[in-house]
Amino acid sequence: MSPEELRVIANRIRRRDLKAVFEAGAGHVGGEMSVIDLLTALYFNTMEVYPDDPSNPQRDRFVLSKGHTALALYVVLSEKGFIPKEEIATFLKPHSRLNGHPNRVKVPGVETNTGPLGHGLPIGVGMAQAAKLNGDSWRTYVITGDGEMQEGSNWEAIMAAAQFNLDNLTLIIDHNRLQQGASLRDTNDLAPFAPKLRSFGWATEEIDGHDMSQICQALSPDATTAGKPKCIIAHTNKGQGISFMQDNVAWHHKVPDEQRYKQAMAELERAVQ
Amino acid sequence: MKTLFEDTALHDCRDTFTAVLEELSSANENIVAVCNDSVGSSKLGKFRERYPARLINVGIAEQNMVGVGAGLANGGKIPFVCAASPFLTGRSLEQIKADVAYSEANVKLVGISSGMAYGELGPTHHSIEDFAWIRALPNVPVIAPADRNETAAAVRWAAAHQGPCFLRLSRVGVPDLLPDDHVFELGKANTLKAGGDVTIIANGVLSHRALMAASVLEQQGISARVLNMASVRPIDADAIIRAAKETGAIVSCEEHTIFGGLGSAIAEVVVDTFPVPMKRLGVPGVFAHTASANTLLDEFGMSPEGIAESATLLMKRKG
Repeated sequence: MSPEELRVIANRIRRRDLKAVFEAGAGHVGGEMSVIDLLTALYFNTMEVYPDDPSNPQRDRFVLSKGHTALALYVVLSEKGFIPKEEIATFLKPHSRLNGHPNRVKVPGVETNTGPLGHGLPIGVGMAQAAKLNGDSWRTYVITGDGEMQEGSNWEAIMAAAQFNLDNLTLIIDHNRLQQGASLRDTNDLAPFAPKLRSFGWATEEIDGHDMSQICQALSPDATTAGKPKCIIAHTNKGQGISFMQDNVAWHHKVPDEQRYKQAMAELERAVQ
Repeated sequence: MKTLFEDTALHDCRDTFTAVLEELSSANENIVAVCNDSVGSSKLGKFRERYPARLINVGIAEQNMVGVGAGLANGGKIPFVCAASPFLTGRSLEQIKADVAYSEANVKLVGISSGMAYGELGPTHHSIEDFAWIRALPNVPVIAPADRNETAAAVRWAAAHQGPCFLRLSRVGVPDLLPDDHVFELGKANTLKAGGDVTIIANGVLSHRALMAASVLEQQGISARVLNMASVRPIDADAIIRAAKETGAIVSCEEHTIFGGLGSAIAEVVVDTFPVPMKRLGVPGVFAHTASANTLLDEFGMSPEGIAESATLLMKRKG
């Protein structure tokens, strides 16, 4: 799929996400806007997945370790055909299977239940190791938040992935420089990530996480290094595409009022024209 | 077919665990072992020789170990995740909750050297909270086999079961109690001895002590029923209710704190259905002092004589 087509899809996903946050009165809109371009590229360009046969053993695996942005994943899964598009309207409603964090038991296309941070990458290591043991060619992709990399369990997994030579594993760090309460820099500044990952034996690549061409190129199986797991540091903006949210820590999980919602939606609609 | 105490030799159930795991692995290439540098203490040395690629040693990193197990299960593998029980359960509890229990991942958690098996190493290495922690989670059967025959049966059951489970194994030697063709049934207790005056319920390394306590009571003219209750969750409510109705008093024995373990699980059934006097024997809410597991069990009132004494005292409270 061309970068331009992917941009159109990502814009549609942003608008559906924003509408669902506004209607539900909750969500993690800032982190959703920062991760949507990455999700769109993965699901509509990079990965082989089977909406009609979601547990096909040969599917590529994706783990949204930053599980609080589940809504973005739900919208992607609905656009892809895993769940009905109209079901997005049930987000956070009583008895909806679309709660604030993804549930693999209930939602087709979800691989593992995330929510507590620092869980996705160890699971990704196990998935990639299973593919190696099976002699399968499917690949594993994990997205973490940058603040999430403060969890020690990630570094346990980083060591193991290098030790096991998991060149079928790609970690994408959604590096929007903001965590819930403040900037990374003012909290526990792990950046720059690339030298740290390289010193642990990983191949790394830094990209603009909102540039579809760069995202698709970095995610390509051709852009891997034999014997090494790969980390893509995706430089992103929290609240990407909505001027008053962008790079503003206040919009981690704030919900826009009606006026702000209309303004945000208008900005997204203009962006696609 | 061997029966109770015909063979009084003591056996390390870890040897049985790995022997059965190796046998099952030869027939099913999806079975893998995951460990945290615990190849020796988990007795996985021979498994590694036979199946080097299928022994996934993540190093000393238990959170990653459990997550890797969940990922392997997602990829179609049947991982037996083995580590000393205090570190497997305590260090990785959130991974067990989210990645295994809530995700319903087909992961077999194997807690080695559980209870106070590491006696003299002290409370950091004791695992006397694991029943309570894991029992609080949906979807994870909690199983503490009493001897090598029940261990073998439970490992076979775990490999065939689709879904998570927690096998709690010891390194403390135990005699054979169950027949060598024993078949494990989840949520079913085994009657080790019939009796009508009082019931003693135990599992793991306590079951043979419970049976010896019944012999002590027999000499005093007291007929004690002894139930081996490996399955802590789900628990055999029918057997507990029958014991309450037919014997009127229940003593529980476990190598675990009395808060939240086997005794608590039994008491939950008893108070909800047919209240009778109970005595819960276990570690009484303290960090144990320096001693071997067997010495500590004796000192915490779980020698055969200690269990028998608790039973006779309890019987005085019968209505």
